[in-house]
Amino acid sequence: MAEYNSLQRSQSISKPPTAGDMLANRAFRVLTLVFTWSIVLLLAYILYKIGGRAIPAVKEYGLGMLVGTTWDVNARTFGILPEIWGTLYSSLLALILGGFFGVSIAIFLTQNFLPRILETILRSIIELLAAIPSVVYGLWGIFVLIPIIRPVADFFNTHFSWIPFFSTSLSGPGMFPAALVLSIMILPTVAAISQDAFRAIPHKITEAAYGMGTTRWEAILRVMLPTAAGGIFGALVLGLGRALGETMALAMLVGNSNQISLSVFAPANTLAALLALNFPEAGDTEISVLMFAACVLLLITLLVNMLGALIINKTGIKR
Amino acid sequence: MEATATETTAETSIEAVAQATATGTADLDPEAITLDCQAEKIFYGDFLAVRDSHVPIARNQITGFIGPSGCGKSTVLKSINRMNDLIPGFRFMGKVYFHGMDIYDKKVDPVAVRRNIGMVFQQPNPFSMSIYENVAFGLRLNRFKGNMDEKVEKALRGAALWDEVKDKLKNNGLSLSGGQQQRLCIARAIATEPRVLLMDEPCSALDPIATRQIEELMVQLKERFTVAIVTHNMQQAMRVADQTAFFAVDISRGGRTGYLVEMGATKELFANPQEQLTKDYLHGEFS
Repeated sequence: MAEYNSLQRSQSISKPPTAGDMLANRAFRVLTLVFTWSIVLLLAYILYKIGGRAIPAVKEYGLGMLVGTTWDVNARTFGILPEIWGTLYSSLLALILGGFFGVSIAIFLTQNFLPRILETILRSIIELLAAIPSVVYGLWGIFVLIPIIRPVADFFNTHFSWIPFFSTSLSGPGMFPAALVLSIMILPTVAAISQDAFRAIPHKITEAAYGMGTTRWEAILRVMLPTAAGGIFGALVLGLGRALGETMALAMLVGNSNQISLSVFAPANTLAALLALNFPEAGDTEISVLMFAACVLLLITLLVNMLGALIINKTGIKR
Repeated sequence: MEATATETTAETSIEAVAQATATGTADLDPEAITLDCQAEKIFYGDFLAVRDSHVPIARNQITGFIGPSGCGKSTVLKSINRMNDLIPGFRFMGKVYFHGMDIYDKKVDPVAVRRNIGMVFQQPNPFSMSIYENVAFGLRLNRFKGNMDEKVEKALRGAALWDEVKDKLKNNGLSLSGGQQQRLCIARAIATEPRVLLMDEPCSALDPIATRQIEELMVQLKERFTVAIVTHNMQQAMRVADQTAFFAVDISRGGRTGYLVEMGATKELFANPQEQLTKDYLHGEFS
């Protein structure tokens, strides 16, 4: 019997797929389909659950929560305007700082300032910034950054306190250190996508610019930047999206204080930090309010990310 | 058979080198030469791309550069306004006299050279900005303080594009057709009124009608500018060029080095070429 089987096998290598093969094939197909759809369902489920849990709060306190400025659990007063303000303010500050440095780095690494090999090395190092965990950024902010910027903050507060941005002194955690760390966190995103935008400029455009007799600086400012503007804008929007949702580093650095202040040295709060810090001790009502805050945050980030994706699509720049 | 043919070519080319510097330029009045390109050797890294090519370019004439692919005609043209400086490893040995000054002199800034010697490229390459801003680009670059609208209109008229775009100056330059884009690039190049206009196969990406328009334009342009044009198309050289320089590739020393075979008045060169190589090329017997 064993002899017969081995003979059979040796006659030809080709065989039709067995029933088992066919089954595995079909099972694999179904499995991939299930996985794909389960992600979509998961997202829908998250939205449904969070939205559902937020409904009691909306019913009880109404949309007035969006403009309320007091968060007092005992008085059952919940307003998240300071958090919305803090989220937007910190993200915009981070965007200005991170955007400026990110685009500058992108220019430096794409416009033949360096030998190709150095460009590659520097690019990898900057991308490594994205690998540092948020909580490490938070610790670094507390123990390294805040002591460093304190004298600078004091100087600005003493001499320029008439400018609203410097009207208070830095007591430790606050908007400025938070935004600074946030800008470092979004820098790799902004730099990487801006670099792609610059690299996507056809060589013939570069040639045209230099052919007109531009200096390198004029070529960059008058031709490269406008040509890459769409991609750079997309990079900034994606960076903003990251900044809006960032939680841990901000919870450690922003000061968690419910106030609306233009001063960059004042402590503040953000939606993400509010959620992270209040959930552990929240009662039913508070959880519902926090769910509402989560919905607001989700909506803001969703809008920003969609806008970014749209712009990147329209300008034809791939990540 | 093939071996013999190669030998003949090699011999001819060596002969040609010996005569290259002597031929072609005798009938040009030295006073009329705006730009005198004397390229002894042009390197890309270790690669000798062009050797021994002396191309004088006469004022208010069109000088055509013809020859097979890889013969260095574009390299020579782009050396004239130092565009090749953008390529790493590029080295130019020789001189390019422009109004008596060598533009490869250490004291000369390539940016200043490019502002005086305009260039139109193979692919139409308008900037992604409005038609108006494309033309005004060079004017703004040179901090032109006069009437911008007037200069833009003059340049667009000079490039035979005004009538087609006068109602849509705010539209993006990239919205135009290929031929219109190329004429926009010409307008952009002539807006600052450079003395010399270099054109690197300006029609190779265009259809025959657009090509015709550009050719007619070139003939008009030579009244105001000195034009040098690289072309793959011998008929085009015959139609537009006053002087023609014929380049060939020398493969005799193992490399692929381009050099000037002969140069002369276009009619003369086409009717009565001095070199066997030129004769073969003009009759299509040379790849």
